[in-house]
Amino acid sequence: MNDEASGSTPILQMRDIRKAYGPVRVLEDVNLELSTGEVRCLAGENGSGKSTLIKILSGVVSADAGQVSLNGRQLGNDPMGAITAGLSVIYQDFSLFPNLSVWENIGFLTSVTSADVLHKRSARRRLAIDTLKRMQVEIDPDTPVELLPVASKQLVAIARALANRARIIVMDEPTTALTRSEVAHLLEIVGALKKEGVSFLFVSHKIEEVFAVCDTVTVLRDGSVVVEGPIGEFDTERLVEAMTGRSVDSQRLPREEGAVQRPFLAASGLGRRGNFVDVDLELRPGEIVSVVGLLGSGRTELAQTLFGYMKPDAGRIEIDGETVTFKSQHDAIERGIAYVPEDRLTEGLFLNQSIRDNITVSSLEKSTHFGIVSAASLLQRARDAVKNLRIKTPDVTPAVATLSGGNQQRVVLARWMEIDPRLLILNGPTVGVDVGSKREIHELLVSLSRSGTAVMVVTDDIAEAIALSDRILVMVRGRITAGFDAATVDEDTLYNEVIREDRT
Amino acid sequence: MNALARIFATPQGIVFLVAVLFAVVLGLLNPAFFTPSTLIDLARNGLVTGIFAMGVMMVLASGGIDVSHTAIGAFAMYATMKIVLGIDLDLPIIAYFVIAAAIGAGLGLVNGLLIGGLGLNTLIVTLGTLSFFRGALLTFLGTTYITSVPREVINFSRTILIRIENAVGQMVSLPASFLVLVAVTIALAIIMNFTLFGRKVYAIGGSEEAAQRIGIRIKRVKVLIYVIAGAIAGLAGMTHVTLSRMANPFDLVGMELNVIAAVVLGGARITGGHGTVLGTLLGVFVITMINTTLLMAGVPSYWQKFVIGCLIIVGTGLPIVFDRLAKHRQRMARPLEA
Repeated sequence: MNDEASGSTPILQMRDIRKAYGPVRVLEDVNLELSTGEVRCLAGENGSGKSTLIKILSGVVSADAGQVSLNGRQLGNDPMGAITAGLSVIYQDFSLFPNLSVWENIGFLTSVTSADVLHKRSARRRLAIDTLKRMQVEIDPDTPVELLPVASKQLVAIARALANRARIIVMDEPTTALTRSEVAHLLEIVGALKKEGVSFLFVSHKIEEVFAVCDTVTVLRDGSVVVEGPIGEFDTERLVEAMTGRSVDSQRLPREEGAVQRPFLAASGLGRRGNFVDVDLELRPGEIVSVVGLLGSGRTELAQTLFGYMKPDAGRIEIDGETVTFKSQHDAIERGIAYVPEDRLTEGLFLNQSIRDNITVSSLEKSTHFGIVSAASLLQRARDAVKNLRIKTPDVTPAVATLSGGNQQRVVLARWMEIDPRLLILNGPTVGVDVGSKREIHELLVSLSRSGTAVMVVTDDIAEAIALSDRILVMVRGRITAGFDAATVDEDTLYNEVIREDRT
Repeated sequence: MNALARIFATPQGIVFLVAVLFAVVLGLLNPAFFTPSTLIDLARNGLVTGIFAMGVMMVLASGGIDVSHTAIGAFAMYATMKIVLGIDLDLPIIAYFVIAAAIGAGLGLVNGLLIGGLGLNTLIVTLGTLSFFRGALLTFLGTTYITSVPREVINFSRTILIRIENAVGQMVSLPASFLVLVAVTIALAIIMNFTLFGRKVYAIGGSEEAAQRIGIRIKRVKVLIYVIAGAIAGLAGMTHVTLSRMANPFDLVGMELNVIAAVVLGGARITGGHGTVLGTLLGVFVITMINTTLLMAGVPSYWQKFVIGCLIIVGTGLPIVFDRLAKHRQRMARPLEA
């Protein structure tokens, strides 16, 4: 793989890029090259300067110093210039038009770059169909994009770049929202396009994908390139160490085993039409239970049912031995259950509001006396939470949107910890979170559980389940098919169990 | 049943169905309703609303909202009359429309620069300009009715496309001004569906950030949207003069919510990205029919507001309720299996 990459002249060169926002230096003398058909991983923790580098590359932000050249031609800070030169950025949210059809989305970029005046319906539609065919993807070109599943949207975004004859595709964390089999499909497509001479700059947190797809790696830390080279020179430990600046033990987190306690919540025969069936499960104080399953396995619906957001059709839920029916999530919260949703951005946080308000919004009554909310008390509680959860921010007044992914996730955690939950349910707690923050969030959850909170984690990240949990339940097509002791199970066994139905 | 359910699942379907029901009831009460003359009546009564609605539809499709269009229409109509009477030249009628459209485009440019250029909120800006344009009209141009409109306008308003005798022996006629609506509708249909500009309007309505990222110059597109919407409002204002044969500066303002209601009933979403020319025509047709027929049936005029209010709530709310019910029924029909 490396042979293809080396030797050819670079199609993209970024030289001595510098950028500062006020007194904060975000990038310092960053160099990056990309050859034809090369897949390079841009690795780094949140806040390492990856996003800024991509913005400079795409012309959205101008660098203070340094040059970007594509095919030997220098690029200014103009998004159109970069796009016409053959560079396409696929953002995490894909930046598609939900109201328009698949083909129109795919063709739109081409229409814009060729400065069309008229809407060339049939030509663009054919272009879209041809591009999808070239990618060997089957998506109905006439469906509105809003009706597509996430994985297909991702593919439409790639098709749009290809339709515009992109020579370089920058993908910002492309696999965050995809399941394992979808990721595998995506990586296949990347491999095929690479053979056609398309170069990729791949931004990812997921170490295994980096090894699966990339030829070369550039690691950014605190705004500078710390190490760079062919992927063959790296192994997981070296890469993680380069990213975080410390060696991280990727194994199970150490913990004390406590005495087994009476379950806080017990579900028996729980079922909901079309989602899950016959679920028995016990969640005990001082224990972390992971429910591992693919997207669509019913894992999210189960979590939401335990939180009272959906109603079960069969079975019952007991809390402290007493059967309960939740009319809404409000009842569940009253019983001491907290739920951290999968998509913290859309479901969990008020992005434009301050960190303080986000942390205290669910527990205002704690600071309320005789119907009046004490601002001083809110401030104090928010500051304590920021300290306890090590949220990186100068103060609690900036908007949550200004924080990195890992720190945003901690704000959600902080909010729920403020209501002193007896059961904390987390859905994909470290999705879109970098390696270092991930570890810290895991440590937080372990210490929370040791203090007597029951914790349930819903995830498809097998390494996370093993590192974090005491007990692992595997969910396949709505049924709990296996249970493991996290201390003894290995990744392969668990993985094979999770994808059991996916292979047939 | 299935087909009926599908009709109920879209706002336009419900609006259309309610309109049909409405017509049937009225037809039973008043047999004169089912005559061609009613259709002509409706076409005439919905004319100005329909022209305004076209501009508003485009703004809504882009994710914005424009409440200032009636003020633009009134300003353009009165200013055109002032100018033409002032220079005292014999101009062909088409020149009147060109002047009115140009004035409307100029006022639309003010909206466009504030919204596209400065990036201000569309509702706030157009609320401001609604008051601003109207105030400017009444303060600086005058408050008196212009009853002595030029000969060309009178001639044009007497040009009749169709004339029919209705049930009670009165003559009902469709004036040539109807052609303005036809022209605007065709022009807008072409702009929205066959030019890249039109597709950019939908794209911006779908996701502004995505549009920016693929290199669409949002500011320019937005400015142009409001300029075109302004020009259309100017044409609506001029059309109003040709119908009433006088220029009353107090006219038009006040009907903006009616226009927006028609556009929304026609399927444009207030959140942007959706809206069609045909749907808008349907919305205008329904609103006009309700207004006109209630009047014909002798129902007090404040009932019109009530009925239209109900229609908006039902037309936009019922599809959501039906959608939810259908999903629930679908889920419950499945066996207790995952």
